[in-house]
Amino acid sequence: MGNSGSSSSVGLEAKQIVDIFKILQGNPSDNDYNRKPVIVQGMTGKFGSLHTRLMREYGTNIVAGVTPGKGGQEFDGIPVYDSVKDALKEHKAEISVVFVPAQFFLNAAIDALTNGIRLMVAIPEHVPVRDTLKCIKLARERSAVVVGPNTPGIIVPGVMKLGIMPAQPFSKGRTVVISRSGTLMYEISHRLTLAGFGQRLCLGIGGDPVNCLTLIECFELIRDRDDVDSVVVVGEIGGSAEEQLAEYIISTEFKKPVVAYIAGRSAPKEKRMGHAGAIVYGTYGSAESKVSMFAKADVPVAKRPAEVPILLEKKIRR
Amino acid sequence: MRLLEYQAKMLFKDYGIPVPRGYLVTSVEEARQYARELGFPLVLKAQVRVGGRGKAGVVKVCRDPNSFEDVFKEMMGKSVQGEVVKSILLEEFMPHSKELYLSIFLDRSKRSYAIIASPEGGVEIESVSNKIVRTLEIDDGSASNLLHDIASYMGFNEDGSSFVDIASRLIKLVDEKEAELAEINPMAVRDDGSIIALDAKVIVDDNALFRHEELRVFEEHSIEVEARRSGFSLVELDGNIAVVGNGAGLVMSTMDMLSDANGRAACFLDVGGSATLENIYKALTLVSRLNNVKAILVNLYGGIVDTSIVAKAIVNAYNDNIIRVPVFARIAGRNADIARDMLKGTKAAMFESVEEAIDNAVRAVKDTNNDNSRIGE
Repeated sequence: MGNSGSSSSVGLEAKQIVDIFKILQGNPSDNDYNRKPVIVQGMTGKFGSLHTRLMREYGTNIVAGVTPGKGGQEFDGIPVYDSVKDALKEHKAEISVVFVPAQFFLNAAIDALTNGIRLMVAIPEHVPVRDTLKCIKLARERSAVVVGPNTPGIIVPGVMKLGIMPAQPFSKGRTVVISRSGTLMYEISHRLTLAGFGQRLCLGIGGDPVNCLTLIECFELIRDRDDVDSVVVVGEIGGSAEEQLAEYIISTEFKKPVVAYIAGRSAPKEKRMGHAGAIVYGTYGSAESKVSMFAKADVPVAKRPAEVPILLEKKIRR
Repeated sequence: MRLLEYQAKMLFKDYGIPVPRGYLVTSVEEARQYARELGFPLVLKAQVRVGGRGKAGVVKVCRDPNSFEDVFKEMMGKSVQGEVVKSILLEEFMPHSKELYLSIFLDRSKRSYAIIASPEGGVEIESVSNKIVRTLEIDDGSASNLLHDIASYMGFNEDGSSFVDIASRLIKLVDEKEAELAEINPMAVRDDGSIIALDAKVIVDDNALFRHEELRVFEEHSIEVEARRSGFSLVELDGNIAVVGNGAGLVMSTMDMLSDANGRAACFLDVGGSATLENIYKALTLVSRLNNVKAILVNLYGGIVDTSIVAKAIVNAYNDNIIRVPVFARIAGRNADIARDMLKGTKAAMFESVEEAIDNAVRAVKDTNNDNSRIGE
């Protein structure tokens, strides 16, 4: 393991993958190892303030908040600034979590990415696709990573969480969960926890038609990591991200055991099932298409969330 | 939001893309009047948001006035894949020598816009192999060279300028209206070489509507739109068990398991991330307005959900006579014992697993079906 070398570039637009683990946790020799400073954009809103408290309780080191017009105030002893630019004059941070309403998202993203944020977690739902595309371009220019939008965020169990997920379903371990859905990520992680599969990282790529960080990029990040034993992909109908991932797994000979779950088998065509991205046109985006591609990649697909740990157990034993 | 054909054609007109002369009609009187104005032959096109209208028999050419009213009456009110025809577009008939295909769309997998063009229009583009697909920058005017290349691929020799012109206008529309798709299929070439859009399909980004007040007039007043205003997401389906949960993935997953257990969903209802008293009550209110709901299946997972609050919402909904049908709930969270006590004596029951809740819901619905059939005997 770990010697599969550099992979081919199936579906990858830019070869340089920014190491999220490093930004999140740093090196063991860093004096702020596992305590990397985080900025919360939109911290004083109802949602932002609630989750700032919950993230802090979990161990996330929140050093500053940003709310335009509220610079100079404090929230729970955390200083608030008008912009990320201002905040970064006083604090050294590479991570931000964004809670602003969707119509303000693009401005928040520009503020963060042009001033030195290298990992931005974009929580808001209902961001226009056009704004997401602009965000992708900007992130690429700045060698930054944007997770989302429309994501529950990222949790490194036992270390930190950046997002809105509850803490209780997750436990520390060596499985990585990558999900297009929020509550389904919690539910499946919880079942993994109960079955003894703790998690190294759980990350929601978001439920939108276009995700800034893709499934394949997530796989690139973990393919050579010695602290990751297995991967669970929680997909859903719509688009072809799962099919592309399956091709990637085949063509790059991804070695770690992978198990998947796909939601939306019974959904009608041409109807958006809650997530902007969950829509089937013809066979494009259908569950059958995803399941059959995963079968080619030797990735078992669970019929129900409860089946995920069972399939993972089997896959690892084999 | 998918626009109806006549709405998409209104946008086309605004952008200078030629479309046939036509009128939207909803009654036989209106139809009679405008048919006289258009003359025969003319085309009747049902305005529904589904594909395959031709096959479904709701796009028809009518050659003489005698059969016109019968064709109109037969089409009006017809159900096409569950959608009822409420209006019909009457259009002048356009003789033409060739049908082409053109669309600009958001290519999710490439995370950019793309153009598809084919000299074989009038059929589903998925079934055509003779086509050209290229990624496209829609907002920097760089498409011009590409469009000329596509014009020659399409068989326009020296005179590709009218095609390039229409394609440029379509790109402008996609850019300015933030459309995910703008499709002309078929695009007709007439004997004089002019080009006209015989059909129009436009899907705009719902999430960008806050920047496009002008498109809001196209929003229909449905229970689905009302749900969206409450921050929910609702899709009406044709079964009899309403599926309610928090999170799109979780609700889809619940629907899938219901379908595996031979149950049929009456709706998909995602109440969003948080399960509050108001949210659940409002969700039950929406569900109560759907037809044919015999049971409600609730699946909530949040880790921090207070299940007694959900129980209270359910009890309130029964007390206020909002709902009468049984509720089968799986609520993962704290205070489950309190919640279970609160639901005692109501038609609602809580289950440890979603599988159990589903089995009980399916059985209950089956029983009521049997009762009904006995009454019918």
